[in-house]
Amino acid sequence: MQQNTDTEKDLRLRELDAMCVNESHLQHKWYHNLKYLVVGVLFGIVFVKAEVVSWFRIQEMFRLQSFHMYGIIGSAVVVGMISVFLIKKFNIKTIYGEPIKISPKTFNKGQIYGGLIFGFGWAITGACPGPLFAQIGTGATVIGITLLSAIAGTWVYGYLREKLPH
Amino acid sequence: MIEFLKQPWPWYVAGPLIGLTVPALLIIGNKSFGISSSLRHVCASCMPANIPFFKYDWKKEVWNLFFVFGIFLGGAIAINLLSNPNPVEVNSKLATELAGYGITNFNNLVPEDIMNWQSLFTLKGFLMMIVGGFLVGFGTRYAGGCTSGHAIMGLSNLQWPSLIATISFMVGGFIMANLILPFILSL
Repeated sequence: MQQNTDTEKDLRLRELDAMCVNESHLQHKWYHNLKYLVVGVLFGIVFVKAEVVSWFRIQEMFRLQSFHMYGIIGSAVVVGMISVFLIKKFNIKTIYGEPIKISPKTFNKGQIYGGLIFGFGWAITGACPGPLFAQIGTGATVIGITLLSAIAGTWVYGYLREKLPH
Repeated sequence: MIEFLKQPWPWYVAGPLIGLTVPALLIIGNKSFGISSSLRHVCASCMPANIPFFKYDWKKEVWNLFFVFGIFLGGAIAINLLSNPNPVEVNSKLATELAGYGITNFNNLVPEDIMNWQSLFTLKGFLMMIVGGFLVGFGTRYAGGCTSGHAIMGLSNLQWPSLIATISFMVGGFIMANLILPFILSL
């Protein structure tokens, strides 16, 4: 019983921001995580080869000087939408036979305030969190400091969370 | 084939590949695509400091750390094995503007002229790398996700809060790039 309450509390905490919910209830050995490493590697290669991680591309995007980033994000969303639609329509299961579940996002004002703050940071660093990892991989070691600073920003958010308007 | 792969990839190749990450992660383990939460898991694993927001079983989310480590490796592979020998192509108007700030090195995806270890300790470098990074980490968590979690995963699942978040990202970016960043770059 105690175990159950703990799990429930844990889920609620993770649900505070929808991105943190792991829907799978299966337990696996650690090496099952290598699948995600492989997807990450492929994803990182695309990021670098399509210059999504380029500071210059982000500057072009925010100055409306190039269609490139709009094309990438737009076509990624279209492909993602079609995929999610097909997964729901045909009840596609995971490779372990679990039904696929996607948690909905609930609105709070943080999406506006936080969104604007992230937008400021995105235009300065020319990177959202994913590209930070890829940029370090390309040898720009100093971006490791930017990443540490982003982790610090996340920590400070957690620290101040109760006092911020949501 | 390798020669073709070494060229910068066009948007209509890269965008759909990025979009396919959404079903790939769902099908191989019921995972919702998202990257910024990895920063939270690092906080939860290294310095939870009794903050409720970091008190959860981060080990359940360890897949996310494998995923971002993969992105790091992917960056290293792309630059070492599939590297484009030419400088990054930059819109000529942007190139002229950046030259005015002394940014003329387009050899890397990161502007080496302003983002390097020496400049880290100047006011400009501090604002660009440390303050910029802080805003990214603070803002994404406050918004509950970043470009991947909201703009790609959230919109794919037709979530209107994600649309609001995405619009806010873009508005913030436009304000910063056009109205504030010029002052930082001229420091």
